[in-house]
Amino acid sequence: MSSDLDRGLDQGADDAHANTPVLRVVDLHTYLFTRWGTTRAVDGVSFDLQRGETLGIVGESGSGKSMLALSLVRLTPEPASKILRGQVLLDGQNLLDMSEKEMREVRGRDISMILQDPHQSLNPVFSVGNQLEETMRIHGGASNRAEARRGAVEALRQVHVPSPEQRMKSYPHEMSGGMKQRIVGAMAIAYRPKVLIADEPTTALDVTIQKQYLKLLKELQAETGVAILLITHDFGVVAESCDRVAVMYAGRLVEQGPVESVFDNPRHPYTRALLSSRPRLDADLRRLPFIDGQPPELTDLPPGCRFAPRCGYALEACLESYPGAVEISRAHLAWCWRSEEEPWANH
Amino acid sequence: MGQPLMQVTDLKKHFPVKVGSAGLRTGGMVRAVDGISFSVDEGRTLALVGESGCGKTTTARVVLRLYTPTEGSVELNGRDINELEGADLRWFRANVQAVFQDPWSSLSPRMRVSGIVSEPLVVNRSVTKNESRQEMMAALERVGLKSWHSELFPHEFSGGQRQRIALAAALITNPKLVVLDEPVSALDVSVQAQVLNLLQDIQDELGTSYLLISHDLATVRQVADRVAVMYVGQIVEEADAGTLFADPKHPYTQALIDSALPIHPSQRRDVVVTGETPSPLDAPSGCPFKTRCPFVMEICDVMPESRPVGAGHFAACHLY
Repeated sequence: MSSDLDRGLDQGADDAHANTPVLRVVDLHTYLFTRWGTTRAVDGVSFDLQRGETLGIVGESGSGKSMLALSLVRLTPEPASKILRGQVLLDGQNLLDMSEKEMREVRGRDISMILQDPHQSLNPVFSVGNQLEETMRIHGGASNRAEARRGAVEALRQVHVPSPEQRMKSYPHEMSGGMKQRIVGAMAIAYRPKVLIADEPTTALDVTIQKQYLKLLKELQAETGVAILLITHDFGVVAESCDRVAVMYAGRLVEQGPVESVFDNPRHPYTRALLSSRPRLDADLRRLPFIDGQPPELTDLPPGCRFAPRCGYALEACLESYPGAVEISRAHLAWCWRSEEEPWANH
Repeated sequence: MGQPLMQVTDLKKHFPVKVGSAGLRTGGMVRAVDGISFSVDEGRTLALVGESGCGKTTTARVVLRLYTPTEGSVELNGRDINELEGADLRWFRANVQAVFQDPWSSLSPRMRVSGIVSEPLVVNRSVTKNESRQEMMAALERVGLKSWHSELFPHEFSGGQRQRIALAAALITNPKLVVLDEPVSALDVSVQAQVLNLLQDIQDELGTSYLLISHDLATVRQVADRVAVMYVGQIVEEADAGTLFADPKHPYTQALIDSALPIHPSQRRDVVVTGETPSPLDAPSGCPFKTRCPFVMEICDVMPESRPVGAGHFAACHLY
């Protein structure tokens, strides 16, 4: 695993100032302890998030992507789960070594989150203005009510909420889902965090609104330089808004790289299968290719590659030991024993 | 082209909005479905596609006779479904079945698969225990489940398998029409493909018609023969699937297609529709899309008629 990181460092060194990632995750392990055994939800994940970039973490339900997001801000459910090993380095500082008090400040100041369902993020009994002003006072450095109010209106304007002064008086139930998610975005970005974790931010929104929202996130990124970690199950969302993508399967990354490179030339059979099983607008396929079987239970993982039992190209070696990372091209890595052979070329 | 199996004519469904602390006064009408007509042909798939609040699910419920229409009619094989009673109603129920979006809430957690799948048969047709058991096994096999699955409970299955169970239950009465309300939206991508293929196989084998309700254009493109695009209670465009996606006429259809996110970055379209869908509680007069339409004209204050814009292709827009 360390060799992958060294490689990452070398590439970073090319661009003089961008060589320190704002967030570096090293060999992170988060397990859940349940009646049925230990669930290895995040099982040795490493990646870098550069300043001003958007990294997409894509995976299906149960792949561990949301547990990964929660682990980064140490909000995994206790005591059911535990971050066992690894490092989460924010500007070189390990968040896993911090006290809970320090961590609360990090969550307020340096890392913020947007969740899938805006209902969960907004309090139904307070007006939107009230909630935004609170954010401004606690994290935005506003010293009095008037200043907080000005900041709140400004934040609404930034996320293109029409007539922001009037909207301040509205309650969450008076707004559409897209509008509420904008307000959550306004809160998340208000105190200029270094990292924004967006966990399925557009899944609850209509398609026309989804595209508006992804555009908004890009605008906010251009204005503030925030690095975005976008968790999604949708390759379309990744293609629309990410610079790099990491594909997660059964608690581990299976492929990682620049979006164009991974989508043009997927080198892990899982990535490949996922990309081809999505119904398309631009092609007429009578039957869709699909992946047979189910993802493994995270309590009972195979010793080798976790995708091997469902993989059409699996060899003996795949069932026995977990493959190391193979560098396909610059910054494009795949964790597959056969990723250099391109076995599907003959099929 | 098959014969029309179901004919929906000038269908309207309005809901009163109750206001006041006791909720006794009627404060207005939500015009959820406001005058739509379409037909489903035998052995074919019609998709109603649109965003939340467009009235597609309300339409599905009226078609299933779960709601009584405010105006207009729904006919199955030429018989108005809202006039059926007794044995005729059971005939209707046996012939029009549904699969819903969420297989976690549509299957009773306290019934075994055998009970869930055979229930529609027991309720709507008079069958012996032995017959219903045989039919149940055949239905499970048809959707790719094994006979031993019949003794399990829904919680023992994954999402894709649960949707197969729901489909087996829908198919057991050998219906002419199955209403599929977002059948794969709750499933993972790799599993979606399995269920979509299965739907296709069943249609090929049994000649079942589908009314597909979906917000996802790619799913619609994959499954549907014909597509009707809904917006705020109206059908704004209708055409064969190939035509609609190759040559969309209505600006809303174009906006929807532009908003779908292709899986490859190089196919990205930088078009973003502005604004939000108007509430069906106070929909604008005239064309419902005029508040967001890039081609809006003065005449758009008048509701456009649905006009032919090509072979079997209709659009309700003043541009044509």
